[in-house]
Amino acid sequence: MSDTTLEKSGVGPVEGASLYDADNPAPVIEAPRKRTAKTPRSTRGNFEMAAWLFMRLSGVVLVVLVITHLLIQLVLDGGVSKIGFAFVAGRWASPFWQVWDLLMLWLAMLHGANGLRTVINDYAERPNTRLWLKGLLYTATVFTILLGTLVIFTFDPNIR
Amino acid sequence: MATPTMDKVAADDAAAASHLITVTFRIRRFNPEVSAEATWEDFQLEIDPKERVLDGLHKIKWELDGSLTFRRSCAHGICGSDAMRINGKNRLACKTLIKDINPAKPITVEPIKGLTVLKDLVVDMEPFFQAYRDVMPFLVTTGNEPTRERLQSAEDRERFDDTTKCILCAACTSSCPVFWNDGQYFGPAAIVNAHRFIFDSRDEAGEQRLEILNDKDGVWRCRTTFNCTDACPRGIEVTKAIQEVKRALITRRY
Ligand code: HEM
Ligand code: FES
Repeated sequence: MSDTTLEKSGVGPVEGASLYDADNPAPVIEAPRKRTAKTPRSTRGNFEMAAWLFMRLSGVVLVVLVITHLLIQLVLDGGVSKIGFAFVAGRWASPFWQVWDLLMLWLAMLHGANGLRTVINDYAERPNTRLWLKGLLYTATVFTILLGTLVIFTFDPNIR
Repeated sequence: MATPTMDKVAADDAAAASHLITVTFRIRRFNPEVSAEATWEDFQLEIDPKERVLDGLHKIKWELDGSLTFRRSCAHGICGSDAMRINGKNRLACKTLIKDINPAKPITVEPIKGLTVLKDLVVDMEPFFQAYRDVMPFLVTTGNEPTRERLQSAEDRERFDDTTKCILCAACTSSCPVFWNDGQYFGPAAIVNAHRFIFDSRDEAGEQRLEILNDKDGVWRCRTTFNCTDACPRGIEVTKAIQEVKRALITRRY
């Protein structure tokens, strides 16, 4: 790119038509919380803080719930081979394990859903992609929580 | 004719030349007036390995290609102008010695990520400074001004010493994957500078700053990846400062 213009002006030669000029500047990343009549919108309320705290608190509780669950289901007393309809029916006969599983269901689902919400926030670049991914996430979460809760409460060990 | 004096000069020259090594600089070039695409361009230069990447960039700009565009001012790690992505890591070009980054391989130099590239290594810093302004990085007090300076104990000063070291180079913020997404996250640098005042015993707007950082794009978006701490050329414990702000938000109020 050695050209006489270089010495004179310190500006390199321009090839082809310019894409942008003073009236049509290149797009830049929008400054956050830009001052306009409508922005920044107030985002008060502590939802993000609550979500952050919930991740940590539910995580601690999940360690106990999940590890015990895995031990009982997969390790102790013959491992996976013992699992069958009768085994599940036996455990759900006790309200203690019903509440245990219900708590595990709700905490894991809300924890996992909120985790995926942050992943979507962090990675989905277009607002539309975000909207659809989150819509899918929330639908699946609500469906799974409701179905799981229904099953735990209406489980019939004598079903044929 | 080889006089002893000339021999000595030649020997000195040879000695001087021998410690130069050939290094390839692989630079991410972008000029919106030429092409919408950014491309890699290689430059070969002879350079003393004890010189800095900034010296290499100067050599290229002054001797090989005057159109190479980058920011630098002080050239000594104080002004924070020349943060760039060197061999994939955010660093100051003026504090990175060639010998420390494996000159046997091409040295890649790119603009910092997450901010719009204007030309070559120059990015639009406006979103970065907007976040900085948003945390009110100035002393806020009430009441009458004292006639003498505002006194503070050594311990009180120590509380926020680490975060006073920031030079606003944007190495941390532009290394943060959360900031890369949409540039709306306040980013580590703004939080560090809020920390500097929140934990200053002389300041009275800590609550206000905490509320600002309680925003949906505030501290809670931090995923604790530690990229910022790794990137800081001043060795500030950035991630720790962010966690201290989170803790203050929870413990100061509940
Ligand atoms: C077993 C005990 C568990 C603990 C201690 C735990 C802890 C945590 C914590 C503290 C976070 C937040 C990370 C951050 O904000 O940077 C997190 C994120 C996450 N968790 Fe858990 N969790 C546990 C179980 C689970 C389970 C059972 C699921 C799935 C249902 C799950 C799915 C997720 C997801 C998807 C994220 C988001 C990942 C991210 O932010 O990078 N976790 N977990
Ligand atoms: S040029 Fe001033 S910090 Fe590097």
